[in-house]
Amino acid sequence: MMEETKKTWNEKEPILKIENMSIRFTQYDRGMHQTELPVIRNLDVEVRQGEMVAVVGSSGSGKSLLAHGVMGVLPYNAVMGGTITYCGEELTQKRIEKIRGKEIVLVPQSTVYLNPLMKIGPQIRKGDKGIQARNRLREIFRRYELKEEVEDLYPFELSGGMNRRVLISTAMIESPKLVIADEPTPGLDLKVAKRAMAHFRELADMGAGVLVITHDLELALEVADRIVVFYAGTTVEEAAVEDFEREETLRHPYTKALWRAMPKHGFQFIKGTQPYVKDLPAGCPFAPRCSQRTGACSQEIPWRELRGGSVRCIHAE
Amino acid sequence: MENKMNLEIKNVSYRYREDGRQILENFSLTVSQKERVGLAAPSGYGKTTLCKLLSGYLKPDQGEILLDGKPLASYRGYCPVQMIWQQPEFAVNPRLRMREVLLEGDAVEERVIHELGIEPDWLNRFPGELSGGELQRFSIARALGKRTKFLIADEISTMLDLITQSQIWNFLLKEVERRGIGLIAVSHNQELMDWVCTRQISLEKQGP
Repeated sequence: MMEETKKTWNEKEPILKIENMSIRFTQYDRGMHQTELPVIRNLDVEVRQGEMVAVVGSSGSGKSLLAHGVMGVLPYNAVMGGTITYCGEELTQKRIEKIRGKEIVLVPQSTVYLNPLMKIGPQIRKGDKGIQARNRLREIFRRYELKEEVEDLYPFELSGGMNRRVLISTAMIESPKLVIADEPTPGLDLKVAKRAMAHFRELADMGAGVLVITHDLELALEVADRIVVFYAGTTVEEAAVEDFEREETLRHPYTKALWRAMPKHGFQFIKGTQPYVKDLPAGCPFAPRCSQRTGACSQEIPWRELRGGSVRCIHAE
Repeated sequence: MENKMNLEIKNVSYRYREDGRQILENFSLTVSQKERVGLAAPSGYGKTTLCKLLSGYLKPDQGEILLDGKPLASYRGYCPVQMIWQQPEFAVNPRLRMREVLLEGDAVEERVIHELGIEPDWLNRFPGELSGGELQRFSIARALGKRTKFLIADEISTMLDLITQSQIWNFLLKEVERRGIGLIAVSHNQELMDWVCTRQISLEKQGP
């Protein structure tokens, strides 16, 4: 399992480091007229061993593309920029193709990724009939409260929630070093959602790096170590979970607005909605809704370290 | 007549057709137009089924659902009890422009559309061209027609970010207050329910 990891990599360094990632789509509208949609403009994330990092953003903010970009499964009309480093070495297309599904696994968002024509057991074991694979599967099923009979069923015979647990199981069977979970909890009731998150937490505690992409900040705060806040294609803040205990310890105006919108912090709201990719302002994407906006906000905003976290805002201090 | 209507569920039982599972047994609940009632229960206890029964999408096997003392099914045309669904993607016709989606409602006021933060530009789009939060604003507007007396909100903000959730609920609370619309809300988020509801009921105690 470890053959891909170079000995030069220091285990204190991040397992995964994404710097300045951008993903844009080329589209044709009206005949030969070509347009470019920069769905991700500036994304920076680091995941260390034994750590669970949550990238939190609202639906439609393009955050799923982050997972597809790392796994090397972007569609043909997408262009990715920036650098992805895995265990101290650049993660090239050739390299990811070798290790994905083994060292790096993706738990996809939707259960349509299951093969509808294959029974659950063989699907998770990837055809491995050995006693070891069978025992490992039993153990995983017990953890996820799936009955043994489920092995002999097809995906269409299971409920939505059960299929989600099957999806997680397909990733767990490999003992991966890095797990990327794309929106792992929609459609699960709170108890099951918490349990799903807790299982990802367990993986981190056993030493894997876990990157969870989610819209649910409150749930992420219960299990993750660090939160990366994603807004309209840009990471605006990276903060420790403890920083969310008080508004003052947060850094970006958008993160603070999220904090104030929690029912337990007064249920306040700011007006407006996230801008569309094609209507993005230059510079800070949050500027049109921000009370601290100045002229300088329309320039390129650097990602900088601040009070043990990171922020992309010139006014944060 | 203002604010005097009750929505009554009287000894209602309901069993799933598919697997024969008994979901509600002899369940009763009365909600006035002044109330905002929260329903809580783990999944599988029939919260969504109860919502569908209350808004006329399902008929009970036994018992009655009464609005203002008359069976809900006896109201012809527009149903005064309107449901808002968890996933708006499945609650709007994908082939209609949003302008036409709103016309399915009962003379939805311009004011409601504006206060929900719906931008004029969105009206010309199809549902597939809007985000979940934007779509949910439309399905709320559509449910707030002229003759709406009760609103059933089934996990309407679960899939939304915190700011959109807060925008939508702050608007809804103001709107039901202003128009004297009764509200029944389902959510797993206890803090949200504490904020929104005047009374909370656990279906768990009734048993499935």
